[in-house]
Amino acid sequence: MTSVTAQDRTTAFDAAVAADERIEPRDWMPDAYRATLVRQIAQHAHSEIIGMQPEANWISRAPSLRRKAILIAKVQDEAGHGLYLYGAAETLGTGRDELLDKLHSGRQKYSSIFNYPTLTWADVGAIGWLVDGAAITNQVPLCRCSYGPYARAMVRICKEESFHQRQGYESLLTLSRGTPAQHEMAQDAVNRWWWPSLMMFGPPDDESAHSAQSMAWKIKRHSNDELRQRFVDICVPQAETLGLTLPDPELKWNEDRRHYDFGPIDWQEFHEVLKGNGPCNEQRITQRRRAHDEGAWVREAAAAYAAKHDTARQTAQTAQTAQTGQATQTGQGTQAEQAARAEQSRQAGQPGQAVQAGLTSRPAQTTAAGEATA
Amino acid sequence: MTGPTTDAPAVTAAALALGDDALVLSHRLGEWAGHAPVLEEEVALANIALDLLGQARILLSRVGDEDELAYLREERAFRNLQLVEQPGGDFAHTIARQLYFSTYQAFLYAELARTEGPFTALATKAVKEVDYHRDHAEQWTLRLGDGTVESHTRMQRAVDALWRYTGEMFQPIDGLTATHGTDWAALQASWDESIGETLRGATLTLPETPRSGAWTAGAGRQGLHTEPFGRMLAEMQHLHRSHPGASW
Ligand SMILES: [Fe+2]
Ligand SMILES: [Fe+2]
Repeated sequence: MTSVTAQDRTTAFDAAVAADERIEPRDWMPDAYRATLVRQIAQHAHSEIIGMQPEANWISRAPSLRRKAILIAKVQDEAGHGLYLYGAAETLGTGRDELLDKLHSGRQKYSSIFNYPTLTWADVGAIGWLVDGAAITNQVPLCRCSYGPYARAMVRICKEESFHQRQGYESLLTLSRGTPAQHEMAQDAVNRWWWPSLMMFGPPDDESAHSAQSMAWKIKRHSNDELRQRFVDICVPQAETLGLTLPDPELKWNEDRRHYDFGPIDWQEFHEVLKGNGPCNEQRITQRRRAHDEGAWVREAAAAYAAKHDTARQTAQTAQTAQTGQATQTGQGTQAEQAARAEQSRQAGQPGQAVQAGLTSRPAQTTAAGEATA
Repeated sequence: MTGPTTDAPAVTAAALALGDDALVLSHRLGEWAGHAPVLEEEVALANIALDLLGQARILLSRVGDEDELAYLREERAFRNLQLVEQPGGDFAHTIARQLYFSTYQAFLYAELARTEGPFTALATKAVKEVDYHRDHAEQWTLRLGDGTVESHTRMQRAVDALWRYTGEMFQPIDGLTATHGTDWAALQASWDESIGETLRGATLTLPETPRSGAWTAGAGRQGLHTEPFGRMLAEMQHLHRSHPGASW
C-alpha cells in the first residue's frame, strides 16, 4: 500500500519534471532532490553575501561620486540576492540561521572566485564584466529550473546581474580609454580575473560529481563545459571592443567548431582554492564570522524587543526569521517565500514604495545611480 | 554634472554645508558594507548611504564640480557637522548618529520644503528619503534601548558619547535663514522634543552633558573637524588624487 503510493508519487514527480512543470514547495519531491536544491541554493546565497566583500573593499576609495553610487548600489543588490536565495531555501524547510551556521563552520561553500583579492580599482570593473558575466551565463538557464521558488528568484537576480555586468564593462572601457596608467590598471585586472572566471563554471564535465542527476532533475540545464564555452565566445569580441587582451595565447576562433578554442585551465589552482588555500579564503570567512558574531547582540536585542512587544509585524522585523523544518509539509513554504520577499521589499523600499514595488524598483535605483550623469 | 549656479555666496555656503553633511555621512555608512549585523541591515544601511550620496551630489553640483569638491578639498575646507564624521563604532553608535542626524535633517528639510527658497525643490524630494532614515533610526533605537541589558547599555553609551556633537546642528546657516527664514530655535525645540520622546520610549536617559562647548558650537561648519576626519578623507581621496586629471 505505502510502496504503491510512494511509487505513484515518484512517477508523478518524474512526469512533472519531464513535462517542464514547476515543482512548488507544497508538492511532494524526493529527499535527494530537496537536498540537492538546498545545497545548491545555499551555496549560491553564500556566494552573494561573501561576494560583497571584495567589492565593498573599494567603496571608501571609489574615485568619483558617480562610481561610488554605482558600487554601493551593486553591493546592496548582492545583499538583496542573498535575501531572495535564503528565502528560496527556506521554502524547502531550511532556515537562514542554519545555513549561515554551515557557512561559518565551513560545512557549506561559496563560489571560489571570491577568494581572490581586489587589488586595484580596475578589479571592480573586471568583476562586473567577468564575474557577473559568468554568473549570468550560469544563471540564466536556472530561470527555467524545475523548482519554482528558485527559478523565480533567478529571474529577478539575473535582471540585476545584467546591470552589474554592463556597468562593470562600461567602467573598464573608461579605464582602457583613459590615461596610460588607467589602461594598464584595466589590463592587469583582466589578466588576474580571466582564468578564475573560467573556473567559475566548475570542473570539466567528466569530473563533475553532481551534474548528471541535476540535469535529469532539470535543476541544471547545460553542462559546465558548454556554459564555459558560451562565456568564452561572448567575452572574446567584448575584450576586443574594450581594447584589452585576454591572457591566453591559445585563444583563437575555430571555424570547424564555430567556437573559440582556449588554452588549458589550471585545475590544480582551482582545487587548491577550493580546499581553502586561495589568497583570501581565510580572510573572507573570518570577516563573515566576525560580522555575524559582533552582530549577535543586535539580533538578540531585536528578538527580545519583539518578544516584549509581540505583534506580527514586529516579529517579521526581527532578524530571527528562521522557519521550522516542517514548512514544506504544512504548505508554509510558500508563505515563507512570500514573507521573505515582503520583508526584503519592506527593508529595501522607501516609505512611498509599496511592498510589491520594492523589488522591482531596486534595479532602477542601480540604473539611476549609474546613468545620472552618463 | 552641471556647473555652479549664480547663487548668492551665502546660499552657496549653505549648499556646501548641507552637501558635506550628506557626503560624509554617506561615506561613513558605506563603511558598514559587508559588516552589518544582519543581512536586512546590509540592504537598509546601503540604501540610506545611497540616498545621502544622491543628495550630496545635487548639493555639491550647485557649488561646483562634485568630484573636485569631494576629492580635492583639504580637511579645513569641509563644512559638515562634526557629528557625521564620527567613526561608526558599534551598531549602537551608528544608530545614535543616525537618530540625531536624521531627526535634524527631517525637521530642517520639512521646513525647507514648506517655504519658498533656493532649496525647496531639493528638500521636497529628499524629505521622503529622510523620513525613512528617521523611521529606521527610531525603530532601532527602540529595539536596542528596550531589547536586552547589553543592548540597552550599549545604546545608552552611544547616545551619551555623541551628545556633545548635537549642539552644533542648531548654529544658524545664514544662507538658509536669509532665504527660507529658518527658525533655528524652533528647530532645536522640535528636535529636543522628538529625541526626548524617542529616548524615553526606548527606556533610555536623555543626556545632560554639555553640547555647546568651544569645539562643538558650529566648529564643523567653520571647517574645524575631529581627528578621525583626516583619516577618512585620506582614504576617500587617495585614488582620485593619485591620478590628476583622469576621468573615471
Ligand atoms: Fe548577485
Ligand atoms: Fe552581481
